[in-house]
Amino acid sequence: MPVKAIEVSFAISEAVKLADVDVVSAYPITPQTHIVERLSSIIANGELDAEFILVESEHTAMSACIGAAAVGARTFTSTSSQGLALMSEMLYIASGLRLPIVMAVANRALSAPINIWNDHSDIMAQRDCGWIQLFAENGQETFDMILQAYRIGEDKRVHLPVCVNLDGFILTHVTEPIGIPEESEVRKFLGKKFEPLLRLHPDNPITMGPVGHPDIYTEVKKAQEMALFGSKKVILEVWDEFEKIFGRKYSPIKKYLADDAEILFLMMGGIAETATIAIEELRNKGIKAGLLSLKLWRPFPFEELFSSVKNAKILIVIDRAISFGGPPGPLYSEVRSALYGKNGNLQIYGFIMGLGGRDVKVENFLEAYERTRRCSQEPGKAEIIGLRE
Amino acid sequence: MFSGTRKSRDYRVERMRKLTPEERELIKFAKALTRDEFFERGHRACQGCGPALGMRLITKTLGKDTVVSMVTGCMEIISSYYPDTAWKIPWLHAAFEVAASVASGMEAGFKVLMRKEKLPQRDITVVAIGGDGGTADIGLQALSGALERGHKFIYICYDNEAYMNTGIQRSSLTPFHAWTTTSPAGKKSKGQPVWKKNVPEIVAAHRTPYVATCSIAFPMDFIDKLKKAKEVNGPTYLHLLAPCPLGWRHPSDITIKIARLAVETCFFPLYEIENGKYRITYFPEELLPLKEYMRLQGRFNHLTDEDIQEIEKIVREEWELLKRKAEFFK
Repeated sequence: MPVKAIEVSFAISEAVKLADVDVVSAYPITPQTHIVERLSSIIANGELDAEFILVESEHTAMSACIGAAAVGARTFTSTSSQGLALMSEMLYIASGLRLPIVMAVANRALSAPINIWNDHSDIMAQRDCGWIQLFAENGQETFDMILQAYRIGEDKRVHLPVCVNLDGFILTHVTEPIGIPEESEVRKFLGKKFEPLLRLHPDNPITMGPVGHPDIYTEVKKAQEMALFGSKKVILEVWDEFEKIFGRKYSPIKKYLADDAEILFLMMGGIAETATIAIEELRNKGIKAGLLSLKLWRPFPFEELFSSVKNAKILIVIDRAISFGGPPGPLYSEVRSALYGKNGNLQIYGFIMGLGGRDVKVENFLEAYERTRRCSQEPGKAEIIGLRE
Repeated sequence: MFSGTRKSRDYRVERMRKLTPEERELIKFAKALTRDEFFERGHRACQGCGPALGMRLITKTLGKDTVVSMVTGCMEIISSYYPDTAWKIPWLHAAFEVAASVASGMEAGFKVLMRKEKLPQRDITVVAIGGDGGTADIGLQALSGALERGHKFIYICYDNEAYMNTGIQRSSLTPFHAWTTTSPAGKKSKGQPVWKKNVPEIVAAHRTPYVATCSIAFPMDFIDKLKKAKEVNGPTYLHLLAPCPLGWRHPSDITIKIARLAVETCFFPLYEIENGKYRITYFPEELLPLKEYMRLQGRFNHLTDEDIQEIEKIVREEWELLKRKAEFFK
């Protein structure tokens, strides 16, 4: 597979092109802009035959994707931060209508104060929107996950929208060597075209989005929950097949020196690559540290989490978002709740880092480790690392 | 339905003789419509519902190869109570403000899928339908965007002049001084405090190729405009006045009468704007006093004759202005 140095945003556009997407609908927001700018020129140059709907808001971006996916088109959109917040209403409807839309979210902080830089506040506010949610930590993963997203979402056992999260600026604006496969290989992986189970067409008139009163709403939501949980089986199959065709392995939790580790760090997104250096430094000091990088946020990989922390004594969870007035961070509270009663000896600590683009450095992870050693922090309370006090 | 006996046929022939040539023309026109229903009986609309009559005419005129994007509101709620549906054509409801946005996606989707030969070629009409709130208030941005982008679709606003589905709250299309639950008449209020927003003009300002006002009391005019809109290669907008007995506070058997009086008093004139050119499609033979329209509706009960005269003055001015616009393009 040819490897080329390419900005990650442009690589996403290449993935969309290779997936032969039919309709793109997006509204500009920093730091997502490079993705849609490149897509615009790809379409303008005739490299991809698609309709680009230049909408007047993110709310319409998602609504137009819903309309297009409902008639059976393969769709793509991308956004960040306030844009994702504005889309919120339609995110729930896209998953409720079971439409396999694919979206790249260039994760960015939420206002106020307005801040264009990276953290995970935007996607965490949409945690329960019913989408499959993947987290990439580098350019290659982002590119691969866009292709995987179509295969997973469009599987007839799944039929759900998929969002691929990548850190705004830190990933979107960085140039990396990325392996970009031939079109024929992608065709083999994705199939000829998207064939939905049902589509809006005069040949077979259907009613989509009817009223669901108390007599049926619960059952519809249960079915949706089963579909999202059930998608994990498909995700694992797709990742297996992806590895066979493209040679790159994916799993719900990517591990680094984790198998014999007593002290485990767990996080999502690009900071995991920085954390590997901290792990190595701790290992050099004779501390058995390891790293878990969560790739699959929804459906949550319970089994993989249980087996990953089996032998650990300390689990340090790093959040990139605050849950105001509640349990510390969303990742921490979910991990802690999932592990409750599973490993009695495991102490779980939560830290918050890198809000609104504050740099996450190697020493921040070392400091987190030190704080757990000094027992200066109670489990159940999260502290912000890197705060100027 | 006619029984088909000799007697009933003679009766029909007799009736036909008494018709004026215009009426005969209209009947011929109506017969050109399909007998099929695409908005079926058994839905949950109130007795005398104006918008429901509108839905029937829309679907009958546009026919089988139509896909509907509908906003949240009366027509959505009454027609799609799972597992029932009144729609015999493809139909989608997503949210309150997105009829035009979703229709944009549908139109683009069909276009590209047919171009890429992923779907067989077919002339499919995409129609977006919203109420006055879904169009003029919460959905105005989405509508503006879709018009500006130039999608080939028909947008139909069924205007019953308030949020009826949620219990008669005022919208920006509620007429001046009308009572609603959020613009009640009281010691310090005469109901809706502001004049009705002119959505057809707003739409026309987008250089939309075809804009028209319609009424359920003038079905031939409405059908004609629907057919015209269907042929336009771009966005079109139809504004359909459809009385709501519940919200307008009138008996359910005079819905059509009320709708007719709205036009005959020039409270709601019927006109079209084709490529920027205004044309009035119905001239009342004699202008009826506005009182005849308003006094039939409980929502104007609190108004004095003087109040109505003042409103009538503005209505007449607007009618004169419209006539001058139409005159200009003659």
